[in-house]
Order: sequence, then structure tokens, then C-alpha cells
Amino acid sequence: MSPKAKRFAIVIAAGALLAAAAGLAMTALRENIVFFVTPSEVTDIHLSAERIRLGGLVADGSILIDGTVAQFDVTDESATFTIRYDGALPDLFREGQGIIAEGAFRDTLFVADTVLAKHDETYMPREIKESLEEQGVWKGEATE
Amino acid sequence: MIAIAEIGHFALIMAFVASLCQAGWPLLGSRYQSTRLMAQLQLAAMGLVFMSFAALLHGFVTSDFSIALVAQHSHSLKPLIYKISGTWGNHEGSLLLWIVILVLFGGIFALTSSPLPGRFARLTLAVQGAVTSAFLAFSLLTSSPFERLADAPLEGRGLNPVLQDVGLALHPPMLYLGYVGLSLAFSLAVAGLLVGRIDQAWGRWARPWVLSAWSALTIGIALGSWWAYYELGWGGWWFWDPVENASLMPWLAATALMHSVLVVEKRGQLKSWTILLAILSFSLSLVGTFIVRSGLLTSVHSFASDPSRGLFILGILIAAIGIPLTLFAWRGPQLASANDASLKSRDVALVMNNIILVIATAIVLLGTFYPLILELVSNQRITVGPPYFDATFNPVMAFALIGMVIGPVLAWRRGALPHLKSTIGAAVMGAVVIMVGGFWLLGPLSAGAIAGLGLLGWLTLGMLADLHRHLKLHPPRQRASRIAHLVLPVWGMWLGHIGMAVFLLGALGDGLARSEVTVRAQTGDVIALSDRAYRFIAIEQNQGPNYSTLTARLQLEDLDGQPMGELAPEKRFYPAERQTTTEAAIRPRFSGDDYAVLGDGDDTIGYSLRLYHKPLISWIWGGAALMALGGLCAIGGRRPLQATSSQTG
Repeated sequence: MSPKAKRFAIVIAAGALLAAAAGLAMTALRENIVFFVTPSEVTDIHLSAERIRLGGLVADGSILIDGTVAQFDVTDESATFTIRYDGALPDLFREGQGIIAEGAFRDTLFVADTVLAKHDETYMPREIKESLEEQGVWKGEATE
Repeated sequence: MIAIAEIGHFALIMAFVASLCQAGWPLLGSRYQSTRLMAQLQLAAMGLVFMSFAALLHGFVTSDFSIALVAQHSHSLKPLIYKISGTWGNHEGSLLLWIVILVLFGGIFALTSSPLPGRFARLTLAVQGAVTSAFLAFSLLTSSPFERLADAPLEGRGLNPVLQDVGLALHPPMLYLGYVGLSLAFSLAVAGLLVGRIDQAWGRWARPWVLSAWSALTIGIALGSWWAYYELGWGGWWFWDPVENASLMPWLAATALMHSVLVVEKRGQLKSWTILLAILSFSLSLVGTFIVRSGLLTSVHSFASDPSRGLFILGILIAAIGIPLTLFAWRGPQLASANDASLKSRDVALVMNNIILVIATAIVLLGTFYPLILELVSNQRITVGPPYFDATFNPVMAFALIGMVIGPVLAWRRGALPHLKSTIGAAVMGAVVIMVGGFWLLGPLSAGAIAGLGLLGWLTLGMLADLHRHLKLHPPRQRASRIAHLVLPVWGMWLGHIGMAVFLLGALGDGLARSEVTVRAQTGDVIALSDRAYRFIAIEQNQGPNYSTLTARLQLEDLDGQPMGELAPEKRFYPAERQTTTEAAIRPRFSGDDYAVLGDGDDTIGYSLRLYHKPLISWIWGGAALMALGGLCAIGGRRPLQATSSQTG
């Protein structure tokens, strides 16, 4: 095989690999991105069982715990939804704490399989902080 | 004592001056050029940065709270080791550590550069000096670690308790050794472009730096993963978090570089490509630093965030990518070499290895930055989760693993080694046996799981067949000496590749056969999990050095109720930092880990417990250690050059 044909074969093989990988990546990306919304941004599309991340503050006095199942409200002050989560809650889960829950709506109840509250007491997940700032309800650093 | 921080600050400024001279010296007329002088400048910068770091370390160890950084990140009651590791458990200090390692590598290069042609060594030192001065400017202008407080507080604010951990004390230095070690591959590549010649000798000079950086990066990533496993208490070992991806990308690029440097050294081929990979690897290391340090991406790790710093690093990044690429456009065409390898050769196998690894890097890059780009363009906030990476990264890497059996049994330039067919036969047999065995043991499996098992069998038997063949060529009595006489780089390849198989074993064991349960339990309860049970004996309150704990005592029992051991997961309250952390209790065994986490609760509603059995999971880190060891082995010993090497410069 001449060097030119050889180079051509390698380039074709690499191109095919690249195209396959790009196609794979694009499909996977389309199927696996998860949108983040706050309660007031929830629309009918989100209610139709699409997988999303719902973030907000845990409403005061809303936490109910039954065995390993926790039920609580998240709010961004203009809208509130109830979340149900079966599993272990993070260390910093408490009233007034900003959290992110990942899961899907079943009617208007949000069934989560993951609840994140980040490590630091004064830390607010970035998405929540930004959307609260947009709505003017962000009150600066959380305090004890 | 008061003045020590100022001496440290001053030393850092002087180091900046020395690095700047080092970067600019080659611009002076040729009669002023002296390799010795450049090396001395590099060593001076090294000494000064070390001094500066020692001053900061002194501040942390003596709890000098008049230094703002110490007041914010340390506490007098902290154990000594965490006072020391606290030095780099924050943005300013970790940046200084980055620079310490940068000048350390530069210094080692300066001391060992005498065999290199003078001009080439000087240009390498100049590029290294440019990188060093850029980072010193970054540190001095935006993140000086030595700022004083007018009113020194009596007590510091403490170090984030999650970071008070041995794994995390060692993780950043190892990771930085890897990131920064790649700076020398970068400097050598740019110097090669400036001189206009890259040849087999270049490959021989670059190889030790690439391999040592790669090994350190491997260990650094493994330590980070191990830390996440036992400290975060989620039982996982890899989360596809942006910060993890940030370290994986340079690792993938450096893995490609490590293989292509081999082709440069052995065959004088792939030169342009190798130069590009060297630039790419170090740029991705900078991106890694950028992601972690700028707080650009949301992440569980982003404990330091300041956008203005991000812009500075972005500037460094643009210069570090743009200037070499411009040089490459100018000089690259001169690097072309006649290619006489046949398609069925180790050369082409290594080209495929490189293409696959670069595609894998691109996939991780896309998944990591897509959310950011989408937010910039459409203001929509999204996450790209593990399913994306599982669906893309895993199948692409599967091809790399398939190639790990085929590549080593191909000959350089043309043709196969005599045992190509028997090796592939053994590998196919291994794949089939393990797939059937897995199906029989674990029941119906997903396509990905079956492919994973098949790969494990393919790798294991394929490599064993190749190794056996190497040893069989000699009569039994000579085999031991034959093992001893295999050159170190060959051992390096074996260890590295076997490490990959061991890693895969661990990942599959945990991925396919793990069991877990979350319960709310009272003392006295017995919780069954796969073939064992946990007896909740008691809940206790204890006092640690700078925290108090709530500890659950769990007795692990087998099916007959015989005790196997005790696990004591904790919740720790750190009063200084006003934080709570979860300390998982782990009973590690080669066969698998028992892993228990204590959640929320009280005596009336009971305590939430998460219990896992994770088969074979330790092999993940064992495999990474083997890979790193392989990398280190491959540094040793010189490969005989196929063609006579020509001198550069």
C-alpha cells in the first residue's frame, strides 16, 4: 500500500470514529440533560413527569418524616411545591436551607431520588442563589 | 516572628523577578547567552519560592492569626497535620503550592539539563520561566497569601471539616505534581518548536517528565476518588463532577501523550501530533486549575470562588494555548516525516490509541462545559449527569481497552509478532468465559454490564497469553532470569495495562454486585443486607480533638448470627466551624467493603442508617496504584534507539 493510501485509510478510520463519537455524544447529551427550575418556574412541561432538578428553600414547619420517607415543601417565596424523598437526608438539611432535589413530578407531588444540600452552612447552591436574587428575595448570607 | 510573613512575601516578589529574567534572557543578544546562568536563575527562583512557602507554613503551624489567610482557614486547636495541610486547603495557599511544584520541576530540569544541547535547554528554561512568572504574578496581584490583618483575631475560623482529612491532605500535592509535571512536556514542546527540530532524542528527553507527571496525576486522581468514597458518605467513587472531570481530562490527554512520545522516541514519527498533545495536556491542566479555582461551575468541591481570579487564569490559558499554536502553525510543517509503517503495525495501533483517547477527552470536555455554554446562550440552567458519560465515555474507552491486547503483539513498522493470533484467541476465550460466568452468577445483565465483563476477560487472558509467550521463549530454568532481564519500560507497560484490568475488576464488582439499604432503626434492631446483617447495638456521644460526635455502634454478623466485626459510623459536629460532617464506617476487605453511614434522627423516631456492601471496590484504587507504578517503571532504563539519534540545536 502506498504511503498516500495508508494515510487515507487512517484518516478515514479516524473520521468514522470521530463521527460515530460525535453522534453518540449528541444523542446522549439530548437525552441526559436535566433542567434546573425553581418552584415559580415550573410549567406544564415539567409537570408531565420530565426529569428535572427542583431547587429552593425548605419551607418552615413543613418537614414530615415517616421511617425513611421525608416529605417537605420547597419554596422560592412566590411558589411552593411538596417534595417526597425516600432515602437519607444530607447533613445540612433543615428548615430555611437551600436544597436541590432531582426527580420528577407525579401530579403536583415532586418525587425525588436525590436531595443535595451542600457542605457549608453559609453555602447556597449557585442556581438557587441566582434565581432568588432575580426575584429579590435573597437575603444575603444565611445565618444561624 | 512578626516579620516572617513579610520575608515570605518579599521572597515571592524576588522569585517573580528571577522568573521574568529567566523568561526574557534568550531575547538578549547571543553573546550574553549562558545555559549555566539560566539554570542558576531557575534555581534561585526555586529557592525563593521554597522560602516563601516555608514562611506561609510557619504562619499556619504557629497559628499566626495576624495573617488573614491563617485567620480564615486555621484554628489553634486543629491537629498539627491539618494545620500543615491547611496551608494548601484554600485558594491562595494551593496556588502557592502549585508554584512550589512548578519551580521544583524547573529546578530538577535545570540540574539535569547538561546532556541537552545548550540552546534547546535555555529555551526550555525560558518557557518554564514564562509560565512561572505568569503564575507568580497571578499570586501576587490577585491572591497574595501574606496579607496582614490590622486587628489579629484571637482565634481562627478553622478549616472546612470535610477537608480535615489525610486523603485530602495528600490529594492536592499529588494532583499538582501531575498537572505541573506536564508543564515540562509543554516547555520542551515549545522549545522544540522554537528551535525548529523535534527528533527521537526529543522523545527521549520528554519521556521521563511525561511519565512521572502521568503517574503523579494517576495517584492524585485516585486519592481524590478514594477521599470522595469514604468522606462524602455517598458510597460512590466517581461522580462525574466538573472538578473530577477537570482532573480526568489532562489525564486522558497525558495518557495519549505518554504513548505518542514513545513513537517519537522509537520511530521518529508522530512528531507534530505529539507536540500538539503536549500543549493540549498542559492546557487542560490549566483548565483544571481554572475550573476549580474560579468557581465557574457549580460543584461540591468549589470551596474557593472569585470570578476576577478566573479571568486572570483565563488570560494565562489563552496565552498558553494561543502562542504555542501560532508557533506550531509556523514551524509545524517542518516537522513532517516520511512514514514507512504498514497499517498492521504498532505505530498505527498507537495512532488509534491516541485518536480514541483524544475523542474521550473531547467527550468529557463537552459534558463538562455544555451546561456553562447553554447558560451563557439561553440562560437555561442544566446539569449533565452520569448517564451522559456512561453512554459516551464508556463505549469509547472500551475500544482503547480492546486495543490494549492487540497493540503490544504488533511489531514496530510492519507486521505482527508471531503470537498475535494465539493472544487474540486467548483474549476472546477470556471474554466469553467471563461473560457466561457473570451471567450465571449475577443473572440477567444490561448490555453495558455484559460488555464490561467481556472486556475484563479479554484484557486479562489476552495479557496473560502475551506474558506467557514472552517467558515461554526460554527454557524453564532461564525464566526467572528472563523476567529479571525484561527491560523496565516493558515491565512498566505490563504493570500499567494490568492495573487497568484490576481497576476494571473493581469498577465492575461495585457496579454490578453492590447491595444497599436505607432504614430508620432503633437500637436493638437487626438489618439484613445481602448475605449479612447489621445489629444496631448502641448510640453514643463522644468527644474528638476539635469536634464532638454522635456514634452508632453496629455489629456486622453473618447469616448464622456470628459476629464478623464492628462498624461505628459517626456524625461529627465542629463547633469552631459550626459544621456537621458524616464519617462513614468502612470495613475494607479484598473481597469487598462493608460501608455504613449514620444519617439524621433521634431516640424517638430512630436513626437513619445507610448500609452498603460493595464487592471488590478496593481494586479500583489498587488498579490505579499499579498503573502509576507502571508509569514509574517505564521511566527507568533506556530503550535502545532504532535509528541513530541526531542531536538537536
